[in-house]
Amino acid sequence: MWDHLVAEAPRFFTYWNLRFFVLAGLTTVALSFTGCILGGIAGLALGTVRLTRSKPLSPVRVIAILYTEIFRRVPFLVTLMLVFFAFQLSGVELPLFAIGAISVFLIASAFLAEIIRGGMLAVHRNQWDAAETMNFTLIQALRHVVLPQAWRIILPPAFGFFVLFIKDTALASQIGVVELTYAGKVLNNRGFSATLSFGTILVFYFIISYPLTRLGAYLEARLASTRNPRA
Amino acid sequence: MHQLEIRGLKAAYGNLTVLDGITLAVERGEIIGLIGPSGSGKSTLLRALVGLLPPGDGEVVLDGKPVFYRNSGQLRQVRDRLAIVFQQFNLFQNMTVLENVTITPVKIKGRPRAAVEAEAKDLLAKVGLANKLAAYPDELSGGQQQRVAIARALALKPDILLLDEVTASLDPELVSEVLDTIRLLAADGMTMLIVSHEMGFIRELSSRVVFMAGGKVVEIGAPKQIFDAPREVRTREFVSKILRH
Repeated sequence: MWDHLVAEAPRFFTYWNLRFFVLAGLTTVALSFTGCILGGIAGLALGTVRLTRSKPLSPVRVIAILYTEIFRRVPFLVTLMLVFFAFQLSGVELPLFAIGAISVFLIASAFLAEIIRGGMLAVHRNQWDAAETMNFTLIQALRHVVLPQAWRIILPPAFGFFVLFIKDTALASQIGVVELTYAGKVLNNRGFSATLSFGTILVFYFIISYPLTRLGAYLEARLASTRNPRA
Repeated sequence: MHQLEIRGLKAAYGNLTVLDGITLAVERGEIIGLIGPSGSGKSTLLRALVGLLPPGDGEVVLDGKPVFYRNSGQLRQVRDRLAIVFQQFNLFQNMTVLENVTITPVKIKGRPRAAVEAEAKDLLAKVGLANKLAAYPDELSGGQQQRVAIARALALKPDILLLDEVTASLDPELVSEVLDTIRLLAADGMTMLIVSHEMGFIRELSSRVVFMAGGKVVEIGAPKQIFDAPREVRTREFVSKILRH
């Protein structure tokens, strides 16, 4: 089998095939980026809304609760299909990538909202009380007091989620988005061995997710130290 | 005109009434000692005054003007004038001692940093912590943390200082350093409402003592009256229990 792979390699690792992989890899990165960054920002907003207590905000709070509780419970593939067919039914024509990105955003924002809310809740109530009695607004309390203490609780599960999530973007291939897994399937269908095709995308997935793990570890060390660098 | 007047103030946690019609007038420079059994509503009264509890019936009047706690602008004004020090200190764990004291004047009130820092250093020197400016709360003893919390409250330049069992979570040997700090403030003429179980201290410092039970004011009087010749049965029972220990 090894001989077979070695013999096939020159035909497999051509400029065009590698270019195909890199472009598919970039799609995976773009989907993951949408989920992690945009989903993270939306998750922060959703998590914060769920923590507020003011009456005028209660309709927004109900929407935020429904949103997070629904999308956290629906499998990614189902969300993807729902978004895909919803757009098809509505007659709005969107590129497949956009449909993939919207689905990714829906799921990631719901998951990250709960991770972020959990982190903020873990900051002791007395920190909120002190900020409130000194006239901090919600945003000021979050920025100066709560988030600097919550990061160390938020970051490990958030980066764990990011890494899992990069792998989940493979499901976007089900609706025809040409991302890494899809690229592997295409080359396999063209007659290249599955070992080479999927072995290569394995390396690509690693190249994408490993730096992210390192970034997570770096940020944890850096942000956690804002509490007390000498502790 | 009273500096602070509380008229028939009520408050509840859900269905549980915790303040049941509190009426109390406080004059400028007065030190009011609030005593009573656990659950009598002393701490709740302080929390209600700074708007940490949803307002119920009754009225709070500051310098002759009624306060509407539901109005966020008025709530901000009240919180500018009343500063509270909590039993658990509630120092911001992510900030140094100096940052804890300066954050609100600089970031929330928008005062110039240099002036605020100079004042903060003076205040911290006054509470005996000039050498701890760069320390984090978890590097300090409970007594030191509580003194930082007092300095932080004073940096807000409040008209009235509310002290909520500020020595209750301290080791006995650390209590005196916090009480000394409060004695200094009393000498400066600061109006204070002090909730405490340190009866000797309340007796020594208070202009008047308020005995509370079941969310109500049972008796108000000079320390001598409350501790030596209480008029109400419940006050007498409480004081005799306390003094037996």
